[in-house]
Amino acid sequence: MVDKVFIAFQNNSEAQPIVDAILADNAEAVANETPGIVKIDCPGRLVVRRATVEEKMGREFDLQEIHISLISLGGNIDEDDDEFVLAWNS
Amino acid sequence: MSIELKTTSIDPVRKTFDHIAEKIGPDKAATRYQEAIWGLQPIVNQHYRPTWQPEKQLYDASRTQILMADFDDLIDPRQYYYGTWTIQRGKQQDSQEKNFSFVESRGLLEQLDGRWTEKIHQLIIPMRHVAWGANTNNSYIAAYGFGAPITSAAAMHMMDHLGIAQYITRTGLILGNNSVHVLDDAKALWMDDPVWQPMRELVETAMVTKDWFELFVLQNLLIDGTLHPLMFEKFDVLVSQNGGAAFSMMNEFAIEWFTESSRWVDAVIKIAIEESEPNREHFNQWAAQWLPRVRSAIVPLSGLAFDDQGDRVLNEVFDGMNARLSKLGITG
Repeated sequence: MVDKVFIAFQNNSEAQPIVDAILADNAEAVANETPGIVKIDCPGRLVVRRATVEEKMGREFDLQEIHISLISLGGNIDEDDDEFVLAWNS
Repeated sequence: MSIELKTTSIDPVRKTFDHIAEKIGPDKAATRYQEAIWGLQPIVNQHYRPTWQPEKQLYDASRTQILMADFDDLIDPRQYYYGTWTIQRGKQQDSQEKNFSFVESRGLLEQLDGRWTEKIHQLIIPMRHVAWGANTNNSYIAAYGFGAPITSAAAMHMMDHLGIAQYITRTGLILGNNSVHVLDDAKALWMDDPVWQPMRELVETAMVTKDWFELFVLQNLLIDGTLHPLMFEKFDVLVSQNGGAAFSMMNEFAIEWFTESSRWVDAVIKIAIEESEPNREHFNQWAAQWLPRVRSAIVPLSGLAFDDQGDRVLNEVFDGMNARLSKLGITG
């Protein structure tokens, strides 16, 4: 079985486009909404793409801005200007 | 004794207003933009017809030939409503103010060769009248258009043009050491100089164009889409190359704004074209009708700006416009 990675955001309107972008880019990702938190689980690998977030948000987006709404995450991070990738290095 | 903590999750009965849910489905969370603009347009119970146009309702979808099943579909990819737009423009204003005070306090424009200051006087300062024309035209679209997505965005576009006119004025005042003669001279050029007359005629013709979507195409796509690249890209670069980088700093907003607002203009036209074939025909016809006139209005300006390179630069600008049109699916 593939290990799951996860990323959790505050459940607010600023994080909504990021969540939408993650769900659009990662077919296997599942969003679980709890009060105040959206936790997205995904088997293997999860990617946040800047271009997709920009499209959903309608403005330019710096991937570092995800930290404003980020609560927690699980997985090893590989990031550059265009992508923020979570996966387990094993 | 042990205490067991439990969490209970309460799902809201509805995620958004019913009229928004009708458009996006009941289970999706709506964005603030969607909640801000959809369903705002009054469409029923308009008791009195306007005395100045009794054949139509006060708010009437038939003031353009473009037909849409729902004018709320003409959304803005920038997702601007009053809040997001003012925050964004506020940031840009801060940055623009810093540029102005930097250029002014260090006297950076004084070092510019007289030949180039003269060209800025002749070409850029009269642009404040073009920007004011664009302001009036977008005010018309906001007033007579149909559906809050297009009318609210047009109102913001209208204020953006006013902002550009004011920034150009500031540039003029800095160039002229706060003497208003600079502005009077530019007005005289706009009113009487043969170089500006075709453009003035075009802007004034646009002001009496009745179909608001046709006006949208003429003003926001064709006029802005060629004049802005000519003045604030090509001419700006030329002045910078000749020691006028400070001039470019003063155009920061106009340059940024053009790229940003073009996304809105293109998106709106694209949605209307994809709606139906007859819509596409209207856009084709408007582009074919207006593009040659826009070109002939810009020819003298390009000649003045670039001397013997005028034709080459003009061709580059219009190649860019043709590429933009064909990307939209318009055969001009």
